[in-house]
Amino acid sequence: MQFKYKLEGGDFTNAGNASSAVKKILRQLNVDSAIIKRIVVALYEAEVNIVAHAYSGIIDVNIDENKLYICLEDKGPGIPDIEKAMEEGYSTASSKVREMGFGAGMGLANIKRNADRFLISSETGKGTKVELFHNLKQNAE
Amino acid sequence: MNRENGRLWKNFPESLKRSYWNQVKKIREISEIIEGKVLCCQNMLDHNIEHAFASDLMSDVLTVEKSNLLLITGLANTQTIRTAEMSDISCIIFARNKKVGSEIVSLAEETGIIIMESSFSVFRISGELYKAGIKPVF
Ligand SMILES: Nc1ncnc2c1ncn2[C@@H]1O[C@H](COP(=O)(O)OP(=O)(O)OP(=O)(O)O)[C@@H](O)[C@H]1O
Ligand SMILES: [Mg+2]
Repeated sequence: MQFKYKLEGGDFTNAGNASSAVKKILRQLNVDSAIIKRIVVALYEAEVNIVAHAYSGIIDVNIDENKLYICLEDKGPGIPDIEKAMEEGYSTASSKVREMGFGAGMGLANIKRNADRFLISSETGKGTKVELFHNLKQNAE
Repeated sequence: MNRENGRLWKNFPESLKRSYWNQVKKIREISEIIEGKVLCCQNMLDHNIEHAFASDLMSDVLTVEKSNLLLITGLANTQTIRTAEMSDISCIIFARNKKVGSEIVSLAEETGIIIMESSFSVFRISGELYKAGIKPVF
């Protein structure tokens, strides 16, 4: 199964809609709730990052029987120093983003913690790509 | 188990009863303790809550691994509800009469998250619930 979602930078009204839709799908597939939580927390952090830091983005969700692959690609400023961005506490979030309850610089580290595998690449001035891999069955790691 | 009735239960020593009921609280009791006004999902009033967390920082809430959590917050926007949805938070208390808009209430209703308003501060709500036996996460 494949699903696609479009995101717009700054659109905090709709941020989280994609993660919510994916959560519903995974529930219907009877995926264990602890695994669902790991997936949707990682996905939501990445979705909010696009809304908070980029101009537009696309989420591509691929589900097969045992595995989930999610690719989030955005057009945006990119991340000049990924290693630094991964550090907890590092954030360039605007005051608008902070008012929404984000911008503590904890998101990327939390994505890494909640994904079975996590890849990030970025080109300054162009955009960022985040890839998440999850096993859908317990003990399948 | 019914809290007040039941012969067996009535004969239990008070200390045992207290230690049992100190571990969980129904959302209904929580709403009474904090003088909260329930805004949606009234059908969930009998759900039990064991743990609570207080924060205005959604980044922080998203790192909590416990499920079936109660969130006490002063931040009322739709992302508070989305954060709760992803984190398996079943109940949110908005402190200090934050304006909870209708789009927030309908999103909570749709996602099955019970929300309440209280005039108490985050500090007071946390204190009262801690005293009532609700456990902290960290
Ligand atoms: N998609 C993105 N495009 C551009 N920059 C990004 C993107 N994702 C993250 N960043 C950069 O990396 C920094 C750290 O991201 P991270 O998600 O860890 O924290 P945050 O989004 O600032 O705050 P939090 O996630 O705690 O709410 C951001 O402040 C931003 O500078
Ligand atoms: Mg982030």
